[in-house]
Amino acid sequence: MPTAIEFSHVTRRFGNITAVDDLNLTVPEGSITVLLGPNGAGKTTTVRLTTGALRSDGGEIRVLGKDPAKDGDWVRARTAVVPPKPALYDRLTGQENLEYTAAIFDADNSAILPAARRFGIDHALDLNVGGYSTGMRTRLALARSVLHDPQILLLDEPTAGLDPESARAVLNLIRELAGRGRTIVLCTHLLHEAEGVADQVVLMGAGRAQIAGSQSQLAHQYVTNPSVILDAEDRSALAGIEGHEHVVSAEWNGSVHVRLTHLDRLPDLVADLVARGVRLTRVQPDNPTLETLYFEMQRSLRRQP
Amino acid sequence: MRWDKVMTVARIDLRVLFKSKDYWVPMGFLAAVFFVFIPLGLLTVVTSTNSSDLINKIGEVLQTLPGPIQQNVVGATPQAQGAYMLAVYLLAPIAIVVPLTISSAVGAHAIVGERERGTGEFLAHSPLTIREIFFGKMLASVVPGFIATGMGFFVYSLLVNAKVGPLVGGWFFPTAGWWILIFWVVPPFIALALSVILWVSSKVRSTAAAQQAATLVSLPVIMAAYGVSSGLLIDPVIAALAIGAVAWILAILGLVSGSRALNRESLLGFGGDG
Repeated sequence: MPTAIEFSHVTRRFGNITAVDDLNLTVPEGSITVLLGPNGAGKTTTVRLTTGALRSDGGEIRVLGKDPAKDGDWVRARTAVVPPKPALYDRLTGQENLEYTAAIFDADNSAILPAARRFGIDHALDLNVGGYSTGMRTRLALARSVLHDPQILLLDEPTAGLDPESARAVLNLIRELAGRGRTIVLCTHLLHEAEGVADQVVLMGAGRAQIAGSQSQLAHQYVTNPSVILDAEDRSALAGIEGHEHVVSAEWNGSVHVRLTHLDRLPDLVADLVARGVRLTRVQPDNPTLETLYFEMQRSLRRQP
Repeated sequence: MRWDKVMTVARIDLRVLFKSKDYWVPMGFLAAVFFVFIPLGLLTVVTSTNSSDLINKIGEVLQTLPGPIQQNVVGATPQAQGAYMLAVYLLAPIAIVVPLTISSAVGAHAIVGERERGTGEFLAHSPLTIREIFFGKMLASVVPGFIATGMGFFVYSLLVNAKVGPLVGGWFFPTAGWWILIFWVVPPFIALALSVILWVSSKVRSTAAAQQAATLVSLPVIMAAYGVSSGLLIDPVIAALAIGAVAWILAILGLVSGSRALNRESLLGFGGDG
């Protein structure tokens, strides 16, 4: 898959503070990449470096094959950024805000109404943005971001302070654009919103991409005792399963939640149970949530020297 | 540079400004004070006074003026000559004070205001070039000052012709010197001041700081322009063309260096927080 965004050993400092430190990052075209990390991890700076709004102090950046420091206008015409606080003109109406964006990005004004409808803000286009609620402002910012049909969408904490309906609009946008082959980068520290949407999860900290991979890859790598849900026609047949050589622990909660020594041992466990005549009705890997994964990864990083 | 994008930036800034009554009402009031209320008050006093003492003093003042001015002053009586002198010479500097003050106020807010609203982030990520943004802001700062000046100039012309015209034989204003002042000398002085103010606006962190800096910057320009505009009316042709030309050169240099001072990082308020 071709690469949409590539950072190679990129560094950016602000005075004595190194916001991005030797960052290596690859975002494939048409993928959804979630940058996870606490405040100060370097996520916002990464977004700003991507569009060329900030210049790096070292390293190489390529966005759609171009260097944003040299061909920034070309890159910015093909990207859209939704910042944490929607950067809107309060004294203007929603319509005027969108017309301004359309004029700057060479988009047609005919794209305004469909974009506004898509995010349920069309009814308020004639009102001054200063009177909008937080959710309405974010919806307008989202409508603005798709006016010129960007190839790359960079969402920087877009759901901060949003009502559930507006947060869902963000996630729907992400899925829809990704379905149309667009590249999405979502920066967040809200783990539940990234759950299930990411093709690639990048854990950022101290300006670096500390860990990167798909959610299942990371689960395989970092969750030491994966959990599996088992059930059987005769549950009493599962008694004593905690004594099995590949089982670390078992918890009875209707069905049995078994923690394994390693996920690779699951077929062996199932084969042993079947051999003992247990008629299994359910064998379901209990995939860890992103939250579980995040803390497992953090724990793993802390253990590193 | 794409001029349609420059116009887009200017248009949106002007739209925001004209929707901000708290901004343009005081500016309109300032223009009214300088172009209407002060001239009206002074001319009314001079043209309607019956005080022989005052009329004699006006005559004495006229005698102290330089020869070229004395030759140009129209009017048969000291009272008419005094009114003419007031209308044409003494109130000339308002033509530069008003647009410069208004444009400075708008310009000081232009870039730092984007940062304070957070819209600087939007512009920083946009495909607009820095020059397009700078000249858009520049245009948006110039236009309010010129609208106020144009309207004020028109009203002032009517006012002085109505008050002084009957005393000096009819319609006499604007004189050649005023036309040159308004269209040749005032614009480069405003451009020069704004190039510095926009540079300041891109460097400081708050509108308050930008306005303080703009005041410091515009004060010497206003004082210089005040002196120049008064002098121009004495010998309008040569002096106006020469001073205007120098001012244009300085303004162009100022605009080029001002546009280089602005960058995307300054629109973001320097640096990232994440």
